[in-house]
Amino acid sequence: MFYREAGQFKTNYQADQAVFPILQDRMAIGAILVIAFVAIPYFGNDFFINSMMIPFLIFSLAAIGLNILTGYTGQISLGTGAFMGVGAYSCYKLATIFPEVNIIFLIVVSGFFSAGIGVIFGLPSLRIKGFYLVVTTLAAQFFLEWAFITVRWLYNYNDSGAIEVPQREVMGVIITGASATPMARYLVVLSIVVVMTWIASNIIHGRIGRSWMMIRDMDIAAELMGVRPLYAKLSAFAVSSFYAGVAGAMMVFLWLGAAEVESFDVNHSFLILFMVVLGGLGSLLGSFLGAAFIWVLPIIIRAAPGVFGLDISAATGEHVNFMIIGVLIIFFLIVEPHGLARLWAIGKQKLRTWPFPY
Amino acid sequence: MFKKLVLGAAAIAMVSGAQITTSVAQETLYVPSLSYRTGPYAGGGTPIANGFADYFNMLNARDGGIGGLKVVVEECETGYNAQKGVECYEATKGKGALVYNPYSTGITLQLIPKAPVDKIPVLSMGYGLSAAARGETFPWTFTYPTSYWSQMSSILKYIDANGGLKGKKIGYIYLVSGYGKEPIPILESLAKTIGFDVVQFPVAGKEMQNQSSQWLNVRKEKPDWMIMWGWGAMNATAIKEAAKIRFPMDRFIGNWWAAAHADLNPVGAAGKGYLGANFSGVGTNFPALQDVLKLVVDAGKSQAKKEDVGNVLYNRGLFNAVIVAEAISTAQKMTGKKSITGSDMRVGLENFNLSEARLKELGLEGFTGAIKGDCVDHEGGGSIFIQQWDGSDWKRVSDLIPPMSDLVGPMLDAAAAKYVADKPEWQTQKCS
Repeated sequence: MFYREAGQFKTNYQADQAVFPILQDRMAIGAILVIAFVAIPYFGNDFFINSMMIPFLIFSLAAIGLNILTGYTGQISLGTGAFMGVGAYSCYKLATIFPEVNIIFLIVVSGFFSAGIGVIFGLPSLRIKGFYLVVTTLAAQFFLEWAFITVRWLYNYNDSGAIEVPQREVMGVIITGASATPMARYLVVLSIVVVMTWIASNIIHGRIGRSWMMIRDMDIAAELMGVRPLYAKLSAFAVSSFYAGVAGAMMVFLWLGAAEVESFDVNHSFLILFMVVLGGLGSLLGSFLGAAFIWVLPIIIRAAPGVFGLDISAATGEHVNFMIIGVLIIFFLIVEPHGLARLWAIGKQKLRTWPFPY
Repeated sequence: MFKKLVLGAAAIAMVSGAQITTSVAQETLYVPSLSYRTGPYAGGGTPIANGFADYFNMLNARDGGIGGLKVVVEECETGYNAQKGVECYEATKGKGALVYNPYSTGITLQLIPKAPVDKIPVLSMGYGLSAAARGETFPWTFTYPTSYWSQMSSILKYIDANGGLKGKKIGYIYLVSGYGKEPIPILESLAKTIGFDVVQFPVAGKEMQNQSSQWLNVRKEKPDWMIMWGWGAMNATAIKEAAKIRFPMDRFIGNWWAAAHADLNPVGAAGKGYLGANFSGVGTNFPALQDVLKLVVDAGKSQAKKEDVGNVLYNRGLFNAVIVAEAISTAQKMTGKKSITGSDMRVGLENFNLSEARLKELGLEGFTGAIKGDCVDHEGGGSIFIQQWDGSDWKRVSDLIPPMSDLVGPMLDAAAAKYVADKPEWQTQKCS
């Protein structure tokens, strides 16, 4: 009823081809941004911002990265955790070598290191596909994990093998280190994620993104039509790893504050792959929905017994949590194998014709 | 179908809309317990969490808490995962947490920088960052009763007393993680000062149940002694492999996380003679533990099985609770308040004094050595003893072995200085 595009006339091609052609969608995006930038910092408590919103946004960005590779280009990767690690370790090295440089700039720059490593490990994708590519990206995961332990230079010869985030200020506001307020860190993370999502959306809707999707849908046909697999696949690996690297750098610098190699292990690669599959392959919205489902929902379930005054032990709560999340994953994948984003699209379609569906 | 989904989403939204903080009654002493009863290390985490909670429950039942206030222990499940650990920290710090016991070196490293900001001390009992033993640099972190570096020197002392150390070859098998790598600098430095060889055998976390290649190398290298920094399933695997290559068990020493009942029960008689470091007494033959059995376990208020009370890791968790309880009562005495804060707790920890006489008062005579900390020394003396597996149980075989403080001390100073070298904003303190 309210969600109706009747009366919204497009007078030029630009308006017709917009990512969000419907006015209500644009208003909703605006409202979400206002809530994210104003309402959440204003009303959210430390726990909500620090343990739910910041990780949710960081994992969303990593999921966008993997979605570019797996969802849009069709190259399955299990190396996301390690590529996040490359971003984190290079950001740490940069921050300690150039202490006076703006840390936000360094976080973004560390993505380029990750992109470079991603391209190197993306080279086999020119020859092999599917499960065989999974194995090579898994090799990247294990090799990089090994490197993070063995190359002591990477963590400045720290005795514990951990990287510890130094305190840095941007324009007089502390944004990294333990003294940084959750609100400051949240706003930095949010800004980076919003800008990078916007860039990703533009890349995907443009020529490069289309060539990725052609490679995904049928690589031989794409090649015949003039898409060069070398450029398309490697650029997908580069952009994907860039996103993962920035997410990794943010994870350590703006969320955890210190990290060991365990923060980048293969479990994180799986975690982000699950976010992408569950959220919806080939959908930016899906990356956010998947991250929310995998990261935020368990926290809510964990907190639920306390809210209702039930006294169950922490371990029991955790087991129940595993069960509920597992059942929900199976449920959603049976109901809609294309992920939460597809469910959302179906819902939107129904809304448009409501109350007179045809 | 869509209708159901909308209803489901609405239900989830309602849950999330509700307040995510539970209220804790005003006048209590709130001690969060970052436990791990799930995940790959649950075998070690469960008894520790049980011992920790049971001691406080015993105090609540017997003495009505500490200084008249009940102690509330809230567990938060970390799964030994640093990210979940930080989440637990964030979830509990606002409820008036007095002290954090992270039970994971990874989580400890994350909490150390947060402690001065939130003004809640971290007690990493015998684990975590060794340099935190230096109170002037780390005002908010405590490692009572000892640190990894001091423990390593104590173990080497034991080796020295049992056949000499000079010119010997020491094998060091360790879990590749912050925890396993922590003592390597001290081992290498002492090797130079004392004059022995070190061979390292790293075991990656993923391959901890498949150590045949490491032990093949051990056979090749023929070290005189083996020292192990292992955790979880790694320990039993290593001991089985050692038995397979017929490495003499009484020359194989595990640190205090690699010498528990959970590690040796699956090995059984094959592990006879295996040595382990420990700083918390074994068994239930202490009045305090009898009280725990009577008032908590028999009363059905414990998650522990009766036969597990008195196990190495159970007693470790209980000892952690003893340190916290003593620090709380010291803090209450020093500040004159009953209901204390994290800052008061730090005062209690800095003036921590667990003498032999006090141990006897607590009903823990002979449980461990005396610990006395102060503003500078956040380690507190730190003696350990060596225990031996007799095929079915642990038996204490040595007296308390103090660390080589003269050699370890300067290294701790250097490490503490190095930690803060690139952190100009780091909060230190002056001790007179």
